[in-house]
Amino acid sequence: MSTAEFEKSIEGLEVELSDSRAGLPIEMDARDISVWFGKRKVLEGVSIPFPKKTVTALIGPSGCGKSTFIRTLNRLHELIPGAALAGEVLYEGKDIYSPDVDPTHIRLKIGMVFQKPNPFPSMTIRGNVLSGLKLSGMKRPNHDDIVEETLRAAGLWNEVKDRLNAAAGELSGGQQQRLVIARALAVQPHVLLMDEPCSALDPASTLKIEETIRELSKEITIIIVTHNMQQAVRVSDYTAFFLAAENEPGYVVEQGPTTDIFGNPRDQRTLDYVNGRFG
Amino acid sequence: MAGTEVMRDLQSAATSHRGDRIFNRTITALAFTALAVLAGITVFLGAQAVPVFQTLGISYLTTTAWDLTTTPPQAGIFGMLYGSVLLSVIGLVIAIPAALLLAIFMVFLAPPALAKVLTNVVDLMAAIPSVIIGLWAFYILNPVAEEWEILLNQYLGFIPIFQNNSGNFLGTPFIAGFVLAIMMIPIITAVSREVLARTPPELINASESLGGSLWTMLRYVALPYGRGGIVGGIMLGLGRALGETIAIFFVLKIVFDTNWYQIIESGGGSVASLIVSKFGEASAGLEIQLLLAAGFFLFVLTLIVNVIANLIVSRTGRLQR
Ligand SMILES: Nc1ncnc2c1ncn2[C@@H]1O[C@H](COP(=O)(O)OP(=O)(O)OP(=O)(O)O)[C@@H](O)[C@H]1O
Ligand SMILES: [Mg+2]
Repeated sequence: MSTAEFEKSIEGLEVELSDSRAGLPIEMDARDISVWFGKRKVLEGVSIPFPKKTVTALIGPSGCGKSTFIRTLNRLHELIPGAALAGEVLYEGKDIYSPDVDPTHIRLKIGMVFQKPNPFPSMTIRGNVLSGLKLSGMKRPNHDDIVEETLRAAGLWNEVKDRLNAAAGELSGGQQQRLVIARALAVQPHVLLMDEPCSALDPASTLKIEETIRELSKEITIIIVTHNMQQAVRVSDYTAFFLAAENEPGYVVEQGPTTDIFGNPRDQRTLDYVNGRFG
Repeated sequence: MAGTEVMRDLQSAATSHRGDRIFNRTITALAFTALAVLAGITVFLGAQAVPVFQTLGISYLTTTAWDLTTTPPQAGIFGMLYGSVLLSVIGLVIAIPAALLLAIFMVFLAPPALAKVLTNVVDLMAAIPSVIIGLWAFYILNPVAEEWEILLNQYLGFIPIFQNNSGNFLGTPFIAGFVLAIMMIPIITAVSREVLARTPPELINASESLGGSLWTMLRYVALPYGRGGIVGGIMLGLGRALGETIAIFFVLKIVFDTNWYQIIESGGGSVASLIVSKFGEASAGLEIQLLLAAGFFLFVLTLIVNVIANLIVSRTGRLQR
């Protein structure tokens, strides 16, 4: 073994040792993801493994590609005209972008909650919870049970159980956000992507949703984008820090257990960012 | 302390700006002028209807006849009123699906450049004068539509609406309804396109992330969201159809015998076309009065159709559970 080869193997070893995700079962694995919008490259070489039933926070300054990245994980990215991608996302042991994979199946297994609460205004609360079944054509019996179960899981049941047939628009912003979480859960996803789910909410609703996230992570894998450092610390097991120089593609500076990223980052830029010194 | 609070006048404070006040008053005055004109027309037409009713009674509305040489003269416009509705229904049955598909194609499927071209074409189509459409229908559509009708009769003749006893396939409600559809499609398409294009992207995102296809998204999200606007577009189109005169005049054989349902049988009715077909030869006061009264009832019919449409909207406006 040459010195170079030896150093390389040590390096690989070091990464594995320093990252407690190494031995865990992995739900989803993004490998070397690069993204373009038209000619413009906005993400470069992002690799993040997501262990089963854990919460991973994606943090970083505005415009560094967090939303773009999260949308590649359930194939929503490809719906934007001109969007392109390199790399692969392994899920159920298979690249979700391989030609024989049905994107509908992927979007059902990998649910999404957006920044702005977006319940369907033409549906009741109940109708919203069940809307995924209609939209995807998925068959599940016992709709009443599904409604109760998912609203409980989203921490909204007690507030709406007496008015399930009211318009979804009557709910407050925080309640609407929990409603769309229930809606996402009704199609039984294994992964839930959340893009700044609390950024439009008051502190009390935010705490409720954080509680919901912790609860949900006992059953499913969650990936959350957030600008709120305390939130990342409170809800996530792992954190990935994204960064992009001006007009350069974004990349991951550092990733690992949340305690390390916030308590003992290896990179100066991570330290500065988590301490609010830039971004 | 209960009972001591003084409610402050927030409304007049909100319009206290002088420019606002002038603007408000001008707008209000204009709105009332429009209403007054409408009321004036109604009263004028209604006044003509009164003597007609005195002479002919309710039979003017319940019978179908036009023979002014007898004494007392025989006149009844039931078949014409019914015909106006029948033609509009035929027109809507053709126009609504066609216009919606076209709008959906333009908003969700067509490449942007093509969508832009189509938008302009549709807008231009809406501006074609109806006399041109009538001429086109008379010379170009008639022979083609006749072929369609013969085929319909051949293969679907066992269905009562596709029966034809006379062997004459021209001047039928179907052709007239088709012409109305041609005139409604651009209006309904233009409005529906605007409405569908305003579907909030976050709702489309939500649908996509829940495994929705384009069709389920349209059915459960975009169409319910835009329902009010689309129905408004349909009502605009229907308004044009009910009042359409000259284009119908070219292609419909007006008969004073109610054609209830045989849409590919020659002969039908339409209030507006009745008026234009009789007005030229009308001389005596009575005939003019009869025609103006017909106009009044066409106006009433339009109102009734609008009310029914509004009821339908509020009924179907229930939330999806
Ligand atoms: N639809 C699009 N078309 C073209 N460029 C886009 C599109 N969406 C995002 N971008 C570009 O990709 C880059 C990354 O955007 P992205 O929305 O992923 O950032 P972000 O990290 O989520 O930012 P924020 O924290 O503000 O939400 C930005 O430079 C943005 O301008
Ligand atoms: Mg974002």
